[in-house]
Amino acid sequence: MLKKRIVACLIIKNGIVVQSIGFEKYLPVGRADIALEALNMWGIDEIVLLDIDATREKRVIDLEWISKITGKILTPLTIGGGIKTIEDMRRLIHFGADKVSLNKTAIENPDFIAKASKVFGQQCVVVSMDVKKVNGKYEVFSDSGKTYTGYIAEEYAKVVEGLGAGEIFLNSIDCDGAKNGFDIDLINKISQSVSIPVIACGGAGCPGHFLEVAEKTNASAIAAGNFFHFTEHSPIVVKSYLDERDVELRLDSYANYRNCQYDQDGRIAKRDDKYLYKLRFELIKDEVV
Amino acid sequence: MKNDKTIIIDYGVGNHHSIENALKMLGCEFDVSCNKKDIRDGDSYILPGVGAFAEAMDNLNSKDILEVLNKEVLEKKKPILGICLGMQIMADSSEENGHHVGLGWIEGRVVKMDASEEVKIPHVGWNNLIVKKRKPLFDLTKEDAHYYFDHSYRFDCSHENISATCLHGNDIVAAVQKENIFGVQFHPEKSQVSGLKIFRSFFNNIKNMDVLDA
Repeated sequence: MLKKRIVACLIIKNGIVVQSIGFEKYLPVGRADIALEALNMWGIDEIVLLDIDATREKRVIDLEWISKITGKILTPLTIGGGIKTIEDMRRLIHFGADKVSLNKTAIENPDFIAKASKVFGQQCVVVSMDVKKVNGKYEVFSDSGKTYTGYIAEEYAKVVEGLGAGEIFLNSIDCDGAKNGFDIDLINKISQSVSIPVIACGGAGCPGHFLEVAEKTNASAIAAGNFFHFTEHSPIVVKSYLDERDVELRLDSYANYRNCQYDQDGRIAKRDDKYLYKLRFELIKDEVV
Repeated sequence: MKNDKTIIIDYGVGNHHSIENALKMLGCEFDVSCNKKDIRDGDSYILPGVGAFAEAMDNLNSKDILEVLNKEVLEKKKPILGICLGMQIMADSSEENGHHVGLGWIEGRVVKMDASEEVKIPHVGWNNLIVKKRKPLFDLTKEDAHYYFDHSYRFDCSHENISATCLHGNDIVAAVQKENIFGVQFHPEKSQVSGLKIFRSFFNNIKNMDVLDA
């Protein structure tokens, strides 16, 4: 059975990973290769890497840099940033992207979605949409949330699906970086209007927020950016939390946090002394491939 | 059978950079090439593939390596592992964007998967397998291991050639094998440790191919 994916979104600005808050404020995190390597080791299901400067600076995400930082990664990668041509896509896939994310190109040149899905197959084309709630309606924005595109979110999702998009990366501008939970209403509206998988992103602040999406929507994947930074084993913690609450997902890392207590911010509470004492005598063998 | 050199066949629709990374981690000897001489000198092959069926077949034709591949694989029985689209083009034909003829190495057709309310297409994400034949691909991996899938067409072939299936709405062919020809629908190069184990057991077992036949 297909499992729910827990996806990490790495936002790249000026060549480094940043945390994004409401598409306006950015806080530096650090080098992308280190973030990728850690997430890969910690069993993340997929990584979405987006260069948010590329479109504005009228360039394509740096391919040589991509090939350098993905050298040790055995995790599915979706890459986006300034992709405009079939040739750009071909080179990205050659350098290790499994899927390519289109944002502004999909809005300005919708025919490109059809062309790309014909050449590379539908499964390669991810359309990323940034959505803001204006007067009770969900509207699609471009240019990092600055320009209104004229599309209503549900309609846009149907349009891109019809053109041959294989997946939708749904980002809520209002929830981005707020740590108050996902916009469940938005995720439901979009995932009910299309039959392709939807990756929901924006708002994760604690493992409970992931659970809410898993229980109340049928999004195929749940993504977070800021949430996964600065915390050891963050994907494994979320997965253990969800796994214990009967969400079907992949948890095959041998570190796991089943039977843990969480505080109100979703941080793991200290285990009792008896358990920690027992751990001292447990032999964990390296996995040999 | 010796396996001194594996050739990753570069025919323009692959993500062979990722496959190279995986093989490097395992310490395998390999070359990336679409040159006839290299293919003739290789001992085993990996046929990658991300993309659409028609373009993959066109590229094999235009690079003029069909004949040499057929000879090495079908006559000399050198082992080959097709990944994702690389597995699908081993079929007789495909209905992806029209009707296209494949390599015809394993009888069967590539057909569109059916979407429904519960079953989203493309089939993308991590799925577990029902393994029918452990050798040569699955003898190192755990029973409940997960692998990364990303496809919207499936291989429809006869059950004697199926080595593993997975469940997405219906049973989907996840791995095929026929004599020296092997294929997987998922991406072992993107399936973390479980994926590395697939490559490892492939290379381990093809060295003892004669034993495998017996």
